[in-house]
Amino acid sequence: MAYGDKVIDHYENPRNVGTFGTQAEIKARKDVGVGLVGAPECGDVMQLQIRVNDQGQIEDAKFKCFGCGSAIASSSLATEWLKGRSLDEGLEIKNTQIVEELSLPPVKIHCSVLAEDAIRAAIADYKAKNGIGSQTAHAH
Amino acid sequence: MAIDLPIYLDNAATTRTDPRVVEAMLPYFTETFGNPGSRNHSFGWAAEEAVEHARQQVADLLGADRKEIIFTSGATESNNLAIKGAASMYAKAPAGQSGRGHIITALHEHKAVLDPCKRLQREGFEVTYLQPGKDGLITAKMVQEAMREDTILVTIMWANNELGTINEIPEIGKLCHEKGVVFHTDATQWVGKMPTDVERDHVDLLSMSGHKIYGPKGVGALYVRRRRPRVRLTAIQEGGGQERGFRSGTLNVPGIVGLGKACELCAAEMDDERERLLALRRKLEKSITSRLDTVQVNGHAEKRLPHIANISFGFVEGESLMMATKEIAMSSGSACTSASLEPSYVLKALGIGDDLAHSSLRISMGRFTTEAQVEYAADKIVQAVNKLRVLSPLYDMHNEGIDITKIQWQAH
Repeated sequence: MAYGDKVIDHYENPRNVGTFGTQAEIKARKDVGVGLVGAPECGDVMQLQIRVNDQGQIEDAKFKCFGCGSAIASSSLATEWLKGRSLDEGLEIKNTQIVEELSLPPVKIHCSVLAEDAIRAAIADYKAKNGIGSQTAHAH
Repeated sequence: MAIDLPIYLDNAATTRTDPRVVEAMLPYFTETFGNPGSRNHSFGWAAEEAVEHARQQVADLLGADRKEIIFTSGATESNNLAIKGAASMYAKAPAGQSGRGHIITALHEHKAVLDPCKRLQREGFEVTYLQPGKDGLITAKMVQEAMREDTILVTIMWANNELGTINEIPEIGKLCHEKGVVFHTDATQWVGKMPTDVERDHVDLLSMSGHKIYGPKGVGALYVRRRRPRVRLTAIQEGGGQERGFRSGTLNVPGIVGLGKACELCAAEMDDERERLLALRRKLEKSITSRLDTVQVNGHAEKRLPHIANISFGFVEGESLMMATKEIAMSSGSACTSASLEPSYVLKALGIGDDLAHSSLRISMGRFTTEAQVEYAADKIVQAVNKLRVLSPLYDMHNEGIDITKIQWQAH
């Protein structure tokens, strides 16, 4: 399969690879939200971590991805886009924007869907850890 | 030393045609271009002579008689003719009825065997699909236990195309002969690489292909036993009655000449080539397994073809591995690239988990593979796996002692 230039760029130079600690450490940290989506038997697992400051802004984001080049590129791109956003702004990232930015072919759309799922899961995890209801995200 | 890229390590998919084969074929396009079926002029006679010479070359490689070789378009056609032709000939009930007979094959056969078997199932035959052992092997004992009173055909490949594992063909053949059951083997990956003797090994029907043995594409052969016992087939392709009625259609003379020459070269060079390829494969496997943890060489350790290595890499995904090693042509155990998310059915048949089957490479060497190419490929694969493991959340979890099979994944 031929990949687009942007997929290859993200694949060869992935942005923001890493974690904010081990699984156990992350679980204990209230300022970090984790999204772990996909399944090994489907060939895609994405782990997206966001670090949120007191103002509710995503200061940093890191990812790890087991998956094809498009999955790696989608999650790498998601970390770039998340940095500096508020939680609500993070939720505005849609898979279709990822498809467009990376020129993903139809067979790879599921990679972008997974990235969106990972974003939502990471934000939901942060909110759950901090007792923030989805309606009151901005009520501080 | 600079190395030419890309490197071809997919010789189980197809091989480069040997230049000596091409040279042998060339006159049969423009000079000796006659139709071997033309019995009344010298153009036809010359073409027929070339075909009969090639038939002898193929027969010699198999330990067969010249009259037992049928030329086809390749192993897929040979398999179809052997399986459907034998089932139809030895059926215990007429078409349209059930109870037409029992066929034994295996789960990890090539699709060109499985799909004809599935068609026969729809047409009133019963088929048993044997599950290979964890080592990938089909043994005579497995076949014996599946045998029934109404078994009419056993079809088991000589060596598996994804794993290179070698089944117990002589023992299975002997069993079939004792029971009076027709025995077919798809020997596409075996023939030309390993010594073959259809007499000694009790084979009744054998499929082979030209392009896997440095011959041209679009030509193959089916061996059909003529004595002890004489095996009969119903023709699938009908017409001019060529190939003693088994396979109508004007003969592909240049292709057949090429196939014959390829067989002759294999026979002459097999022993040296086998040793050389085995050394290369061992070097490759050792180079990779000694430098990486959580890798697994699939299939039986010893009973494997010299030129095929199938290796699973834990915690990395197959397609991204191919992308990271794109200057090396190999096959991935993952079919993700073909837009279906199903991992290899062959690895699944061995009970290898989907997670490992997703990240497997089949690396197959050949006559034109050099040691430098193998060393380069092994280095690249190790680098790529290390790079992808830095990216892999699963590898982190593994290193933190988390069992990833125990996590509730949300399959999508």
